[in-house]
Amino acid sequence: MALLRHTPTEIKERKALTINPAKTCQPIGAMYAALGIHGCLPHSHGSQGCCAYHRSTLTRHYKEPISAATSSFTEGASVFGGQANLIQAINNIFTVYEPEAIAVHTTCLSETIGDDLNQIFDKAQKTGKVPEGKTCLGAPTPSYVGSHVTGFSNMVKAMAQLAEPTGKKNHKVNVIPGWVEPADMGEIKRLAQMVGVDITLFPDTDGVLNAPLTGEYKMFPEGGVTIKELKGCGDAMGTLALGEWCSADAARWLDAKCKVPCTVLDMPFGLAATDRFIDVLRTVAGVTVPDSVAFERGQLVDMISDMHQYFYGKRVAIWGDPDQLISMCEFLVSLDMQPVYVVTGTPGKKFEARIKEICADKPFEVKVKAKGDMFLMHQWIKNEPVDLLIGNTYGKYIARDEDIPLLRWGFPILDRQGHQYFPTVGYKGGLRLLEKILTLLLDRKDRDDPETRFELVL
Amino acid sequence: MAKTKKVVQLMPTDIKEELLKKYPPKVARKRAQQIMINEATESEAPPEILANVRTIPGIITMRGCTYAGCKGVIMGPTRDIVNITHGPIGCGFYSWLTRRNQTDAGTDGENYMPYCFSTDMQDQDIIFGGEKKLAAAIQEAYDLFHPKGICIFATCPVGLIGDDIHAVAKKMKAKFGDCNVFAFSCEGYKGVSQSAGHHIANNQVFSHLVGENETPKEGKYKINLLGEYNIGGDGFEIDRILKKCGITNISTFSGNSTYDQFASAQHADLNTVMCHRSINYVADMLETKYGIPWIKVNFIGAKSTAKSLRKIAEYFADQELIDRVEAVIAEEMPDVDAVAADVRQRTEGKTAMLFVGGSRAHHYQDLFAEMGMKTLSAGYEFAHRDDYEGREVLPNLTVDADSRNIEEIEVEADEKLYSPRKTEAEYKALEEAGFKFKHYEGMNDQMDKGTLVIDDLNQYEADKLVELLKPDIFCAGIKEKFSIQKLGIPMKQLHSYDSGGPYAGFKGAINFYKEIDRLVSSKVWSYMKAPWQESPELTATFVWE
Ligand code: SF4
Ligand code: SF4
Repeated sequence: MALLRHTPTEIKERKALTINPAKTCQPIGAMYAALGIHGCLPHSHGSQGCCAYHRSTLTRHYKEPISAATSSFTEGASVFGGQANLIQAINNIFTVYEPEAIAVHTTCLSETIGDDLNQIFDKAQKTGKVPEGKTCLGAPTPSYVGSHVTGFSNMVKAMAQLAEPTGKKNHKVNVIPGWVEPADMGEIKRLAQMVGVDITLFPDTDGVLNAPLTGEYKMFPEGGVTIKELKGCGDAMGTLALGEWCSADAARWLDAKCKVPCTVLDMPFGLAATDRFIDVLRTVAGVTVPDSVAFERGQLVDMISDMHQYFYGKRVAIWGDPDQLISMCEFLVSLDMQPVYVVTGTPGKKFEARIKEICADKPFEVKVKAKGDMFLMHQWIKNEPVDLLIGNTYGKYIARDEDIPLLRWGFPILDRQGHQYFPTVGYKGGLRLLEKILTLLLDRKDRDDPETRFELVL
Repeated sequence: MAKTKKVVQLMPTDIKEELLKKYPPKVARKRAQQIMINEATESEAPPEILANVRTIPGIITMRGCTYAGCKGVIMGPTRDIVNITHGPIGCGFYSWLTRRNQTDAGTDGENYMPYCFSTDMQDQDIIFGGEKKLAAAIQEAYDLFHPKGICIFATCPVGLIGDDIHAVAKKMKAKFGDCNVFAFSCEGYKGVSQSAGHHIANNQVFSHLVGENETPKEGKYKINLLGEYNIGGDGFEIDRILKKCGITNISTFSGNSTYDQFASAQHADLNTVMCHRSINYVADMLETKYGIPWIKVNFIGAKSTAKSLRKIAEYFADQELIDRVEAVIAEEMPDVDAVAADVRQRTEGKTAMLFVGGSRAHHYQDLFAEMGMKTLSAGYEFAHRDDYEGREVLPNLTVDADSRNIEEIEVEADEKLYSPRKTEAEYKALEEAGFKFKHYEGMNDQMDKGTLVIDDLNQYEADKLVELLKPDIFCAGIKEKFSIQKLGIPMKQLHSYDSGGPYAGFKGAINFYKEIDRLVSSKVWSYMKAPWQESPELTATFVWE
């Protein structure tokens, strides 16, 4: 019997009840972003349960230690405000864990009370709780607004706000990668290096959340953007923000406040988005793209053309975060695949318009919903099935019920490994995505074909 | 080349000092009371431990919150109730299938556990109040699924803005007529840990559900199993054994549980308590209201399972059952013994540390003992003093602000349904024969002299302990798993296991022996250094050309 046996085919509009969400709350995004700062301990300002949940989910996704502290609110703090708790926490954290920085985010509780982080930092500073040369940064992340993506964006903006422009350009380009995997951040750095551009990537979880096993535990591993680099990002030649939802706010802030011109691009998943990333990067830095990059690109094009017959016309249901979905949809469409159902839990009208634009004039009709949930998407699938699912681990219930292959991609992935280590951005990442999609579709074909059509050569 | 272990002998006092060294004075003072060296002298009992107190802000804690204890632990494993989280999306999302509670959907097929229901509050709900949205969400859930019951869970902001969830629940229940709707004020900030959530959940289940089904249940020896959550299928294995013995389990609180199980709990003749922490008050309430006595059992560990079965048989005092239980033990034990004997060759003398929940850190020591492994240090994530020191300390527990805001419900003997299960004389005879009702001796009792008992261990202390004592295995939760493993020590997740199980009962013991053998005997932990890192000195160089 089906696992989601109670999901009816008849679709009724729901106004109040979310079932099987395609998003979660802001602080977890802020916590992930903060882990991309070198020597930084994320801190959750609120009651301790939120922090426990965020740490558990990130731990299960990355299979790495996720250290983060909490203000452990009492009922009293909930009434009188959490200033005393946070100041005590700052003191304890700097004494016990000795981080370079503490990145504080709020929770729905401290937001509702109205705690003002900057004012509390000020007080902590004045009372000597912040040692010389150490940094406190903070982002408001009320969980009843937006989603985990919004929280990520807010923390990235707080990172940009550390900029201390000197008025002298440093010949670097800021690249804000958005919520991608540590391996993806590594790949973006590799591509930039190939193109010959010196970048400041923030956040940068490469080396932090894909750290080696060595017999030593470092609460603060080697990776991450340094506070010093962040202070310098106001002197960059320009900023590339990858993803409107995850990265644009920070880039626009640097543009407005530090006169660092910004370009907002799609995340570089797939051929066209990667092309645009490389093209803008070389323009901003004023360099020539070497042939080695074109070589990698050509390999991706080669695989697309070799295997096009298997991609062509395949119907896909896809859910996750807006920035990833936009690039993925564009990629799928470029393969002549059909992303017929696209769902994100993150609100934003622009998202629906953008997906519709990508799928316009194509031989299929796209059903897209921002502020949607997976229950609705499943109902769509029940009414008219698809050939492939692309999304996070929670899709495995639909995959099993409806007997549809699932490509695990996005957040969170709780039941598989690899996303920390193998990138899906860039041309190489595109190859990996194609390989995975192909394997799923062909394994499926091999399983389902009648004996007469079961063939060695495909 | 395998690394040799440190041979330095550390005194427990040194270790304690080492753990406290880096803390600011105020923190050190508090932690000192929560780190106890387990050594009773002839004349005095072991020292008191400070437990069930607030976690210190800024200290990386292992704990979760009240909501997690209520929705996640207690109500989560009930398959035919629709659990709606009232709040912003996060809390509901994180408690969605993350606790590995397995369930058997049964012949009716009702199972809402793979679903996550939330009111996904938005800022306008926070500003103007979320009661309307909650009522609408309950209505939508009812229209879609027509379940037997709908439960509502409050998250932090709900308490703050003052939504009256109980009034909404009551109104909807009256409106539907055929669906029991009730709510839990389990806001995360309410208690010091999950423990408060267990309490809130149990109180509501007791007030709104237990006793509803008046049709008696068939069975000669009827028990309830309290405080068993069917993580990784533990409850299935216990049920298999009980059935084999001819014992009827009316209801499990709350692994693989159903609405009807809770509603019929009053028909049992004995309550058996597994996780003392999460549920001892339900056992007390069932006794007061219906006259069902309770005993502490432990189905973790083969010997403990046998012991618990014998205890149940002794209670029913029926030779048929006693014989049956002995026959089952005799049948099950040879397989267990065979595996134990095999793994013991590799596990004997190895050491473990356990920092889990509110009873598991105790229960699992039995399994380690069966493998010849010694527990060097243990503690609970959210226990109270009685879980360490035994129920004798209950009258001495102080009520502080945090415990005061958890409602205590008043229970009286039910006019119709109260009936003593045995005569006074029978009870007395049992007790005189050494049978103990309402008894739990606590964890410290079982632990060796000089071991360290630590309440609310945090990440810093965990890593330090492991560095200093280099146990062969460390057991805690998922948040601790990878920092311990980075240190080269295998770590077994014992809250929701993450993989594997069941570990309860006889078959579970076999699973656990094999799992621990795999972990402590694995070569994986020897790969951490590359050959050139093991001996970095250059002894000779080649000269090319
Ligand atoms: S929704 Fe709010 S209370 Fe729930 S986990 Fe997120 S921040 Fe915490
Ligand atoms: S067994 Fe442990 S994890 Fe479970 S409820 Fe009891 S204390 Fe919690």
